[in-house]
Amino acid sequence: MSKVLVVTSGKGGVGKTTTAAALSAALAGEGKKVAVVDFDVGLRNLDLIMGAERRVVFDLIDVINGDAKLSQALIKDKRIETLSLLPASQTRDKDALTEDGVNGVIEELKKSFDWIVCDSPAGIERGATLAMRHADVALVVTNPEISSVRDSDRIIGLLDSKTLKAETGGDIEKHLLLTRYDTRRASRGEMLKVEDVLDILSIPLLGVVPESEDVLKASNVGSPVTVSNPQSAAGMAYITAAKRLEGADLPLTAPTSRFGFLKFFGRRAAA
Amino acid sequence: MKILDFLMRRSSAPVARDRLQILLAHERSGTGNAELINQLREEVLAVIAKHVSVDPEKVQIKMDRGSPISTLELEIEISGLPSAKAA
Ligand SMILES: Nc1ncnc2c1ncn2[C@@H]1O[C@H](COP(=O)(O)OP(=O)(O)OP(=O)(O)O)[C@@H](O)[C@H]1O
Ligand SMILES: [Mg+2]
Repeated sequence: MSKVLVVTSGKGGVGKTTTAAALSAALAGEGKKVAVVDFDVGLRNLDLIMGAERRVVFDLIDVINGDAKLSQALIKDKRIETLSLLPASQTRDKDALTEDGVNGVIEELKKSFDWIVCDSPAGIERGATLAMRHADVALVVTNPEISSVRDSDRIIGLLDSKTLKAETGGDIEKHLLLTRYDTRRASRGEMLKVEDVLDILSIPLLGVVPESEDVLKASNVGSPVTVSNPQSAAGMAYITAAKRLEGADLPLTAPTSRFGFLKFFGRRAAA
Repeated sequence: MKILDFLMRRSSAPVARDRLQILLAHERSGTGNAELINQLREEVLAVIAKHVSVDPEKVQIKMDRGSPISTLELEIEISGLPSAKAA
């Protein structure tokens, strides 16, 4: 059974694309067949983060319009054989995304992939609602910062009302991924703590990704941080998150992490 | 002064948490929306306009969402009442 996962947030720039790339690569690294779809029509970036920008020929909109076959638009990753990318269109706008069109693409992807990871655009409009529409699992990416938390709350409301799962009486599986976390600043009381965000949003925590320059380096070279630097704290956080998504009963600890807080929250997250 | 600055800085995250908790409690229950305020404004005005004339331009409406109580403040300038002196 394949699963559709949406990476969403409401607020822009919190790390959705970074997360979609890192997590997809980690899942594929475990041997799963993964397709990662860029829904940010008009502002595509996933191709760049994954280092595939020079290989884009067709995109999601071409497939929706019938101008290209899905197999022609999918770009196979050069490093991980089981990973493919479906880029967004750079020249068209979000109106080119239609509900039926997206539906057709997702259904077709389900036939050949274990995971379909949808990288949502920011906001709560068409692009974002269509990206979450077919999701079985939602990853709410949040920064420990007041406006990001508020927007995440809004997005959780939409996940519970506007997705196919919710409309047919089901429960969409939701997880919180706290990113750009700075332990030092949180412990000094300058930044919301993991527990604060968990208390407020009350969805289960999948992982905490530290603020890390390795993420920027990874984007510079066009390689997800889980591939370019799997031993880094951010890389390990994403790899553990991927394993937990797959159902592994892992605490949030990373074996060689220098970050004490990961250990501290291990117990709570497992509960 | 330095120490005070330091203490103030330490305490900013709890302030953020409290503000969020209050705000989201309202947003989730739907009481934070402008639609409700507009509806209240119209209905209250209609009742008052039955008895005295009201200039819709001279109505101020304020909402202060707090915990545990919130207030809705309406300030309506009315004409056609005898002045306090004359009464
Ligand atoms: N853990 C991290 N540490 C440091 N920088 C990060 C981290 N995660 C993301 N960033 C940086 O934050 C910026 C925004 O990241 P990203 O593009 O993934 O966000 P996004 O949510 O997809 O944005 P948008 O809403 O515009 O699509 C990038 O410069 C990225 O390198
Ligand atoms: Mg993005």
